[in-house]
Amino acid sequence: MMPRIAMPKRSPEERIRDFNEVALGYDEQMAVKEASRCIQCPEAPCIKGCPVGINIPKFIKFIRERKFEEAYRVVKEGSPIPAITGRVCPQEKQCEKYCTLAKLGQPIAIGALERFVADWAKERGVHVDLQQIDKRSERVAVIGSGPAGIVFATDLAKLGYDVTVFEALHEAGGVLVYGIPEFRLPKKIVREELAYMKDLGIDIELGIVVGKTVSIHELLEEYHAIFIATGAGHPRMLGVPGENLNYIYTANEFLTRVNLMKAYLFPEYDTPIHRGRRVAVIGGGNTAMDAARAALRLGAEEVYVLYRRTREEMPARREEIDNAEEEGVKFIFLVQPTGFKGDSQGNVSDVLLMKMALGEPDESGRPRPIPTGETTDIQVDVVINAIGFHPNPVIPMTTPEIRTDNRGRIVVDSDGRTSMRRVYAGGDIVVGEGTVIEAMGWGRKAALAVHKDLAIEKKLSIAVHKR
Amino acid sequence: MYHRVLSKRALAPNIKEIDVYAPRIARAAKPGQFVIVMPDEKGERIPLTLVDWSASEGWVRLVFLEIGVTTHKLGLKEAGELLYHIAGPLGNPTHVDKFGTVIVIGGGVGIPAAYPIARAFKEAGNYVISIIGARTSKLLVYEDRIREVSDEVHVATDDGSKGFKGFTSDVLAKLLENDVAPNLIWMVGPALMMKSCSIIAKKRGVRAVASLNPIMVCGMGMCGACRVTVGGRTRFACFEGPEFEASEVDWDELLKRLNMYRNEEKEALNRFKRLVISTPAQR
Repeated sequence: MMPRIAMPKRSPEERIRDFNEVALGYDEQMAVKEASRCIQCPEAPCIKGCPVGINIPKFIKFIRERKFEEAYRVVKEGSPIPAITGRVCPQEKQCEKYCTLAKLGQPIAIGALERFVADWAKERGVHVDLQQIDKRSERVAVIGSGPAGIVFATDLAKLGYDVTVFEALHEAGGVLVYGIPEFRLPKKIVREELAYMKDLGIDIELGIVVGKTVSIHELLEEYHAIFIATGAGHPRMLGVPGENLNYIYTANEFLTRVNLMKAYLFPEYDTPIHRGRRVAVIGGGNTAMDAARAALRLGAEEVYVLYRRTREEMPARREEIDNAEEEGVKFIFLVQPTGFKGDSQGNVSDVLLMKMALGEPDESGRPRPIPTGETTDIQVDVVINAIGFHPNPVIPMTTPEIRTDNRGRIVVDSDGRTSMRRVYAGGDIVVGEGTVIEAMGWGRKAALAVHKDLAIEKKLSIAVHKR
Repeated sequence: MYHRVLSKRALAPNIKEIDVYAPRIARAAKPGQFVIVMPDEKGERIPLTLVDWSASEGWVRLVFLEIGVTTHKLGLKEAGELLYHIAGPLGNPTHVDKFGTVIVIGGGVGIPAAYPIARAFKEAGNYVISIIGARTSKLLVYEDRIREVSDEVHVATDDGSKGFKGFTSDVLAKLLENDVAPNLIWMVGPALMMKSCSIIAKKRGVRAVASLNPIMVCGMGMCGACRVTVGGRTRFACFEGPEFEASEVDWDELLKRLNMYRNEEKEALNRFKRLVISTPAQR
């Protein structure tokens, strides 16, 4: 079997000096060659692995035939933002996991091919012609402009609904703009992909914090349905002494400063960031990898990832762990912070660590880390806490009618309906911490549910009028 | 996206007041809340307290001291010009009730921030004693408006150029010694001032509430830049505050955290002055 075509990347020596994209993408020849590996199995298990149901064999066949524009149209039907999903989806856990070739060797590089057609179309200015949409009178509000909100909004706009998206920050995109760094997902690409929302006539209102600026109840007076997609952006704290010393960041603060506020371009941009020489990142997920790699690019001499389990249990994508390691990030396993020491100015100087050992599996199925009693510490001048996030609490706090579970997640039925009539929810506010594409899948489900429910309601009201 | 500046007034050297057209914020605003403002695309997000607002006319009023790049950029905005971004109202409103006698303390640009609070306490039927203070009489702003909504006003200046020579905390200590028995003390101003007032209130066993002013980025509970220790627990001032029981606040930690970017702030301001303020022909 022909081996999978590797994605070209910039060398570590070159890329750690800037924030430009690491992966370079396929050229036409590579894409056609990779596409030709696809065996076009009739049952297409890959599609089942894609939360937004992209017709994968169909678009790959078009690539093989060098019909790139047709391939782009197929991809765009499934994902409204293919240049983004092609870059940031964990394909190894989604489409590529179910690829028949995965059982025989290496699966088709579906993500790389998706990215290729999206970039190809962008470079040539190819647009998907929007069909003349029959406008409907129903108005729908979307709260949050992250991946779940984007899919929900575009799906309903294509069906003719009058859609308004409310975003609290000054730029749309949610985690795509504040969380994922430029070197994995250039912000120019995010902006270009989101322009599609404007093409569809979707209205985006920035600086609106629903629950504060306007309540769910007020929105229900103006809109026929509301979709809550406010994500899981509330950081988990470690709860250990010294946590509020200077230059101990939550990953959200660190990455927001770097990505959204462009603190790496300070003082051209006004937001500062402390450039550490020795940086410790706590956690083992993708957020930890993003933070560690961003810290390196800000000029750190040493960046340590401190993780309480071992490499095998790290939730980060393998590819991102490899990238971080190539770039010089050092990993220290089986350690858990027990506190921080600081100097007289209140600046962090040490992370105090407890050495751990692996015990019996816990509820997540991974071996539970247990303290060994042996301690150690490392000297640092910046710490980034990347241990995870809680669901955004603003709407649950201000709208108690919307039922949440004991972890603060909004409770929904399988189609995304909440306990409040005409209010739907999806993405991380419902699942806790998921992936971009999972959130998008929720957006699609909820859009279908709204479409169905509003149609039924319309029929009922017509029936009432007739009588 | 952009918000128009409707008017601008210079209240004192380097203290400006602007009215911004933001009808949704004006409709929802309550005393004690704040907004996050960005002057332009390359700007920083900073929190500013809502000083006043009109739901019917759709504006909100902000007062700031030109101290860093962002406040200087805001100070350069003329009526008719646009602000890049404003989000709010953020934070929890002040808990206003009929307590009896309330002492409201405002220091520096904290005086305008204290104005809507004093007004709300007054409207709720409290006897309002306001203590306002500034470095010098020229920097004492909003005295008239504070008088409109207070039963008593005490003025302090560090240099004695107006009213009592000394700090607002000295005035507070004197009042409490002279048998003024407030049911509540409410304060906003520099952290050091609030710390001093908090110590005095605690000694006298009077409940005190402080509106904290930590560094903020998002202003809505996402980042934790604004975290403070209150009663031994980490709290995010932007969405669990900004007001907390003053006696429970770790003031020294707050003071240290406020100094975190002092070098960067200085560097940015020097660069800004070089590029913008020294070349007025550009404007």
